[in-house]
Amino acid sequence: MIELILFFKIIAAIIAIESKNLLSAIVSLGAVGFALAIIMVFLNAPDVAIVQVLVEVVLLVILVRATLHRDLTDLKGKREFFVKVFGIVAVGAFFLGIAWGLISLPVFGSFPETAVSVAVPSEWYLAHGLRQTGISNIVTAVLLDYRAYDTLGEVTVLFSAILGAVVILRKKR
Amino acid sequence: MNNMPLAYGLAMILFAVGLYGVVCKKNAVKIIISLLIMENAVNLFILLIGYRKDGIAPVMVKGQEASEFASMAVDPLAQAIVITSIVIGLSIVALMIAIAIRLYDRYKTFDTSKMKDLKG
Amino acid sequence: MSEIVKTITSLVMDAIAVFGIYIVFYGHLSPGGGFAGGLIISFLFILLFLAYGQKKAIKRLPYHFIRRINFVGLLGVFVLFILAVYSGVFELSLWKGQDFSLLSGGIIPPLNLAVWLKVGAGIFMVFVTLSVFRSTQDE
Repeated sequence: MIELILFFKIIAAIIAIESKNLLSAIVSLGAVGFALAIIMVFLNAPDVAIVQVLVEVVLLVILVRATLHRDLTDLKGKREFFVKVFGIVAVGAFFLGIAWGLISLPVFGSFPETAVSVAVPSEWYLAHGLRQTGISNIVTAVLLDYRAYDTLGEVTVLFSAILGAVVILRKKR
Repeated sequence: MNNMPLAYGLAMILFAVGLYGVVCKKNAVKIIISLLIMENAVNLFILLIGYRKDGIAPVMVKGQEASEFASMAVDPLAQAIVITSIVIGLSIVALMIAIAIRLYDRYKTFDTSKMKDLKG
Repeated sequence: MSEIVKTITSLVMDAIAVFGIYIVFYGHLSPGGGFAGGLIISFLFILLFLAYGQKKAIKRLPYHFIRRINFVGLLGVFVLFILAVYSGVFELSLWKGQDFSLLSGGIIPPLNLAVWLKVGAGIFMVFVTLSVFRSTQDE
């Protein structure tokens, strides 16, 4: 099931990159994001699925608002030959490196054995999360208690990115 | 090796599609879209690694034993990290779009090869 | 926008607000939390903005007010973190209520609320920045 939706996602991604119209490219990007939300429901991650759906909606509204009334057609003229060759070489090298790494990964769906050094804290959180923090949603417990400094940094990054956007887009006097 | 995971491979193909777009396209909005596809693929890969077959969501229900819950639920750490990553991705996209709009106001086009001041 | 969109928006708005607040206050018991609730609340105002036009929406929620909420949320997160570090309430609690009840979890529900304010104001500020500034410039 997951593989089927993934095939659909790859087709939508290729359409989003290769389509001539910028608006249809943005709509195809929305298809990619919502397919990811469906996959998250199948992967038993309701928290992340809620956030992904909402972020995708806001993202599409922002992208359409930003490109509205600008030239929506794709650009004419070819990229230089060297750049295209470099792109294909980069993708090939990426696949060579990935194939070596994917072989050593364990079977899909065997979580505690996935990567020994990573799975130890996760099992600790699952076993002692309710007793130590007193809340039953373990994802929120990890987000706001065990790894709270991650959230602090995330809030700071959000703040400074918004400040940067405001400074870039302000009117010239 | 006989059960090489298909889902991992498909996520990597999605990442490669995004990589091709970033390197080979010259429309600024197309480059932003390709970066978003790459980010999607990475989030998906992190979640796939934390999956447990026939598992349950990491939210406890009343009357559940902690040890039994710990032997069934999927990875909570991967989900927490992916939530953080998604929200950071949204704010970074806002910054990128702001820069793209400014470049459009200055050069009247989204074509990155026409922007002479950016050439190194 | 047309009359249909305005009517539907005014009918649906209260339900969206209640859902956004519910998802924050029960974020420690069920799926949800500060990030999802903040996004829902910001999307409520984005809907208002798109349906009624920017003048009426800005009149209902002024821009300097959003900016102030943004700062208050960031300040709240920082203060709660410092409180948590210096008094060691990460494991213990201000109120250690019954498990699976609304008033439990110590520092986590207030922290959820602070993150909710920050994310909601921040995302709406992104939208207002990207739409208001460019439309005034194009004229």
